[in-house]
Order: sequence, then C-alpha cells, then structure tokens
Amino acid sequence: MVDEKITTVGPVRVHTISTNKYKTNTLVWKMKAPLAKETVTLRALLPYVLQSGTADYPSVKALRTYLDELYGATLNVDLTKKGEDHIMTIRIDVANERFLPEQTPLLEKALQLLADLLFRPALEGGRFVEDIVAREKQALSQRIQAVYDDKMRYANMRLVQEMCKGEPYALSPNGELEDIDAITAERLYRYYEQSLAEDELDLYVIGDVDEEAVLAAVKRRFSLPDRPQPSRAPLASAKARGEINEVIERQDVKQGKLNIGYRTNVTYEDDDYYALQLFNGIFGGFSHSKLFINVREKASLAYYAASRLESHKGLLLVMSGIEPANYEKARRIIDEQMQAMKNGDFTDEEMEQTKAVIRNQLLETLDTPRGLVEVLYHNVVSTRKRPLNEWLAGTDGVTREDVVRVAEKVALDTVYFLTGMEGATENGKAGV
Amino acid sequence: MEKRVYETLQETLFYEKMDNGLDVYILPKKGFHKTYATFTTNYGSVDNQFVPLGKTEMKRVPDGIAHFLEHKLFEKEDGDVFQQFSKQGASANAFTTFTRTAYLFSSTDNVEKNLETLMDFVQTPYFSDKTVEKEKGIIGQEIRMYDDNPDWRVYFGAIESMYHHHPVKIDIAGTIESIAEITKELLYECYETFYHPSNMLLFVVGPVDEQQIMQQIRDNQAKKSFPQAPEVKRFTYEEPSGVAEKKKVIPMHVQTNKCFVGIKAPSVPNIGEQKLRHELAFHVLLDYLFGKSSPHYERLYREGLIDDTFMYDYTEEREFGFALVGGDTRDAERLAAEVQKVLQSFSADAVQKDEIERVKKKKMGAFLRALNSPEYIANQFTRYAFYGASLFDILPALSSLTLDDIAAVADSCFRDSQIAVCEVVPKGQ
Repeated sequence: MVDEKITTVGPVRVHTISTNKYKTNTLVWKMKAPLAKETVTLRALLPYVLQSGTADYPSVKALRTYLDELYGATLNVDLTKKGEDHIMTIRIDVANERFLPEQTPLLEKALQLLADLLFRPALEGGRFVEDIVAREKQALSQRIQAVYDDKMRYANMRLVQEMCKGEPYALSPNGELEDIDAITAERLYRYYEQSLAEDELDLYVIGDVDEEAVLAAVKRRFSLPDRPQPSRAPLASAKARGEINEVIERQDVKQGKLNIGYRTNVTYEDDDYYALQLFNGIFGGFSHSKLFINVREKASLAYYAASRLESHKGLLLVMSGIEPANYEKARRIIDEQMQAMKNGDFTDEEMEQTKAVIRNQLLETLDTPRGLVEVLYHNVVSTRKRPLNEWLAGTDGVTREDVVRVAEKVALDTVYFLTGMEGATENGKAGV
Repeated sequence: MEKRVYETLQETLFYEKMDNGLDVYILPKKGFHKTYATFTTNYGSVDNQFVPLGKTEMKRVPDGIAHFLEHKLFEKEDGDVFQQFSKQGASANAFTTFTRTAYLFSSTDNVEKNLETLMDFVQTPYFSDKTVEKEKGIIGQEIRMYDDNPDWRVYFGAIESMYHHHPVKIDIAGTIESIAEITKELLYECYETFYHPSNMLLFVVGPVDEQQIMQQIRDNQAKKSFPQAPEVKRFTYEEPSGVAEKKKVIPMHVQTNKCFVGIKAPSVPNIGEQKLRHELAFHVLLDYLFGKSSPHYERLYREGLIDDTFMYDYTEEREFGFALVGGDTRDAERLAAEVQKVLQSFSADAVQKDEIERVKKKKMGAFLRALNSPEYIANQFTRYAFYGASLFDILPALSSLTLDDIAAVADSCFRDSQIAVCEVVPKGQ
C-alpha cells in the first residue's frame, strides 16, 4: 500500500516513501520532546526563528527569494501535541523538475536548504539574530491571541484546559503568552542546541526519490550526536472524579459553543484502539453518525455537531454550535446518544457503514504527502507499532461487543459552554 | 469521446458532451487510491434575478436560496443521501460559491455505485414544506456561526464596501430573515431553471477506466428525460465601476484588529482566454507586491503590522473581479494606509524583469503542487470551463505573461476610486 523504508542515520530516523503519483517532492522534519511548561514556549518560537533565515540567506526576504527561485518551493513550520509529546515540524515541498522546462536538481537543493535551516541558522555574535527573535516573539503573541477571536478553536482550547488542568496536555502547543517576554536570543539559542542534542528526530522524504541518494545526502549533511533512547513518561493519570465538571463562560457571541470532553480510557497503545475508532465513527465522527443525525438533522439545533478523538491521550471531544437557549436540549440529546452507544443501541448496518467510511478515510489520507506522514508518525509517537495494512484488517475485525466494551469505558469528564451575555433565556430567532 | 493530452504535465483528459447537453470530463490518475467527482451547476448566490424556466418575466428570489437548495438536495423522501454514500464507503459534500453549486463525493471503493448515487440524487429533487422548515434552523446556525467569525466578517465587509448593487455583496447563505421566505415552490423553480444538464458539468478524477466511466454516464443520462431548455436569462446588474463605500468599521468582541483592503476591478474581460490571462496577471502582480520575498512584506512584518495571517487573493468570476489584501494587525488604520500607499506608488517602469520572472516561476511550482490535489483539479477545472477557459492552459499562459499585462491591471485598478477598506476592531475602541 505504502512503501516506507526506515534507515537510521546517527540519531535521525530517515523514512523514504518512493512514489511517482505526485508532481512535487516533500520533506518533513519532526522533532519530538515531552510537553512541559518549562519548554513549551521556547519550542513554540524556535521553528519560526529557524525559518526566518540561514547563514547564506540571513533574512526572510533573502530566504523567500531563494525559495521562489526554486520554482516556488514552500517552507512552513508548525507545532502540535500528540498525547503528552510536543512536536516541531518543518516542511519543504518542491516541484519535481521533470514537469518543468528547466532541469535544476530541486530535491537536492531542498535537502541542502533543510540542513541549512537546522544547522546553519542566521546568527550574530554566536546566537540568534536579535531582530528576528524580537519579531517572532511578537508574531507568537499575536498567534496565541488569535485563538481568542476564533470561537470554535477557542472553545476547543478552553475545554481541554479545564478538563486537563494540572496535566501537561492542558498546555497549548503554541506556548504561553506570559512566558514570551522573558525569552532572549541567547536563551533560545541554548534551547536550540539542547533540542538538537536531545529530541527524537525523524525525516520523511516522499516523492519520486531514490532511497540511496537520499540517504547519502542525509549522511553528508546531517551530522548529529547520538543520544540515549528516550524514555517515555507514563501519561498523566486522569484524576478520578466523582462529579462532572461544568464550566459556563459568557462572551458577546451570537452562537453558543457546547463542547464536551470524555476520557476514553483506551489509547493507540491498546488492543481496543480500532474499536475506539469505530465507536467514535458511529457516535459522532461522520455525517451518518448519531450526533449529526440527532442534533442536526432531527432536532435542527446545530449546523455542526461532531466528535473527534485524541487517541494518544485518550480523549473524546464533542463540539457543536447552538442557539444559547437550546443548551439543555442539546446536552440531553448528546447524553442520549452516548447512552445509546453504551447500551449497544446501534445497528449492524451502522457498524458496516462506519467501517467502510473509516477505510475510505484512511486510504484518502494516504493520497496526500502530508496525510501520509501524519499517519506514519503515529508509530513514532507510540510504542505500539501498527503497520498500515494492519489498520484495514484491524478495523474490519471489530465486533459489536468490542464497540460496546469501549463505550462502557468512555467516561464524561467536563462540559464547557461558551454562551452570550444575555444568558440562556434569549429566545432564538433561528429555531424551528 | 475526445482525448486531450497535456505533454508537459503528463496528464490526459477525456471529454464528451452528452445528448442532453451535459459536459463530462474524466482525468485518470494512476497511483491514487481516491476517486473524486464533482457535479456542478453554473448557478450560485449572485443568480438572484432571472427568468424562470417556461416563464417570460424576470423574477427576484430570496437571498441565500442557491445555498439553501444545495442543503435540501441531500434530503429525499426515503432519507438522507449522506447515509447512502457512507454505506458505500464514500464521503460526500457540497458547496455554494458566488457562481457555482457543486456536489461531490470521494471514495476509494464502489466508485461506480457512488457516481450513480451522485448523478441520481442531484437529478432527483425532493422538497417538502416540512423539510424546508426544518432546514431553516440548521442554516440559521450556520449563519450565526459566520456572524461570530471575525475573519468572515472582515472578508465579507470588504466585498460589501466595494459593490453598490451587484449581489456578490450579499452573503452566500443569505440572512435569517431572507431564508425565512424560502418555500418548496421557490426551490423547485430555481432547480428547474438552473439544474438542467446543459447548465452543468461533471468531472471525475482518480484511478478510473475512462471508457467504462463514460459509458456509465451515457447510460445513466439516457435513462432520464429533460425538457428543452434555452440558455438561462439572468438579470444584468448596472454596477458603477468604482467602490460604493471607502471604509467600513465593524466593532466586535475581538482582541486582535483585522483589516482588509479591497481592490475592485472596474471591468473584467468576457472571453475565456483573456479572462485567464487577466486573472493570472493580477495574481502575479499581487505576489510581486506582497509576497514573502517582497520588500513590502518584510517591512510590514518587521513593524508588526502583519503576521502569518496576512493574505492576498484575487477572485474573478463572470462579470466581476476583486482583490483582497490584509489580515490580523495591531493597527488597522496604519495597515490600510500602508497597503494603499504600496498600490498607489506602484510603477511598472520600476519593475525589474527578473523579479517578474521569479514570481512566474513561483506560480508555476505552485500550480504543479496544486495538481497533486484531485479536489483542486476538479473544482478549478469546472470554474474555468464555466467561463470558457481551461485549467491546463495555466502553465503556457503564465510563461507568456508580460510586464505589459501586469501594468495594464495596475493601471486600471490601483486607483483611489477602486479601493475600499474594511476593519474589524475591538468593541468599545
């Protein structure tokens, strides 16, 4: 299905996936370390500083001009969390010169550029350029504040903060606003050296590529110290809660955001992982799921009502946008759907339908270089290795009993509702 | 079946016009798991006044009805088409733009079945009073969701400022008040007028056998009968060339200011090939001025007036075209002033030829990257086809683009009369 070859070059795991279905070649570099308050903001800033200049192209303008010359190679960075790991990603995507009038060896140049971004950053006086760091600190604080203005993202973030209070997972991958000020160019440079020495490193190369040539290039350009095998901290334990945490927040909004968090008590590591996927698919993952059918189609309460999994941490997160006055009604309907799952109140047809859709979703994801890397990277984040063909067979093999067993483990943790200033008494104009 | 080979791109496209007028295109893509198909009508939110099929008088319909119809087409007497698709392992969706309504599925299995479902559900409307009323609650929440979204508000606010009368200024979903007027009779009337096969295009891209798929589509269409339909008569809005309102400020409960500068094209070409060229010239010009490698970008970024949300884009459809430049900012007034200064101080004489060549190179790479995506191919091919151009002409058109093409765009659009500003600012400021 996908031909992934993994070779270790020093501390770097090089994953090559050779395919000729794309018109571009893609490099994805990932650095992983535990999610922690002390480092989260440094990590949130670092890749943005790295993408602002190299020794040869020491400014954004110089670097971007070079990327344009490489037929509009794209360079972007982002931060994510998987379970309680914090991952920095740098991606470069470059046209395959086979489709262009001019035969420049673009992939080789892209690999060289990636190495330069990582090992030959723009420096002054042995540390990052003051001006770049100052600018990126400002951009980071704007990035953090922007979440506040996007109510869907804001409600998601607030739910996780409330639900995982005291656990590393409560941290946002974009860091903490109040920690930005204290970061200096020197401190960030020290952290850069530390992360290159200690992080888990993975490089994915996808496209019309020759594995031997890629490995030779990586050996030549990526020279890094060996490091001990990372030890995995156990997940912060879900606090045993007798009661459900309910948080209501008021802002000047027209639509209420009802977000509900559950602990699944099943993760990627567990045998029941595929059953958990199926559970989520029947409950709220798709447009045939119980949440969509009952909250949206039958009760006409919402435009979106869905659930998703954080499968390394073991969370199930429900989100919906409703008229503030419909809070109780929406909660009741969502509760009923969860109870139905626990009672095994779903048909064999729903089982089969969901299996078909999950299978389709996986195969579609593998069609994009970015999606492919994200699927494969699960096996880096987890100690449990699941080869791609096992995903299909694993999903197929799930029985109704498996799904009910998972449903019984799913426990309501926190209800978060972002609602208007007027309170829940406003009479909705949109309701039927 | 006609075969079109694009040598440089190593792509082969198959085309046939069905007897009922439907245009069908198939692009086989080996190596992909997924097949993606779109069934699109040349009908969008701006088509709010027209002569209904079989009638003689112009009729004005409620705002948001094209989008409402898109939602309602998924519901049938015996249930919801989403269910049918997911039983067949497909994921289905639809979207409405200013000028198009597209229905689509993607699947890695059961492609023939899913294609049959797609053609049949789009060509078998079922609207009832009850389901129309129910949908008003759902779309009402969709409208509310956008009302609370400052990015959408600043984007649409800028378009509103640019246009006097043209319905591009009206939100695609309409308003809670306008959708309240929608009835099943109105939906049928819009449907019959715009969903005639001769006003539609079907695109299939994926690991498919073109002979087999084309035969399936022929058989499917031959089973259905449609009345004779003349070309749809749409109302032509008399739109002044300049902007309607220089500046609009929307106070919202936000922490970050947002600002867009809108640039209204006084007119756009109406011949496909020229439209494509005009559009590309606009894109290259904006990239030259505001791309990350431009001096302006660096300066504005350094001053904290822009951040990663900064964007610039140009939209050209049938008879209108506009660009938007902006994003989050710490000072909306200053960003608006700076962007306008860049536009008005532009002089084609000062442009280095190699700088334009670099931007063209960048655009070529971006086009190749976009061709990795079946979604992009189907959606954009359809868009260009509806206005008489071809997606696959982009590379040669880019190559032959000259400084004169670019200068002509700047000359007609970078004028005070063509520029409007919209800002979203924190409430109480």
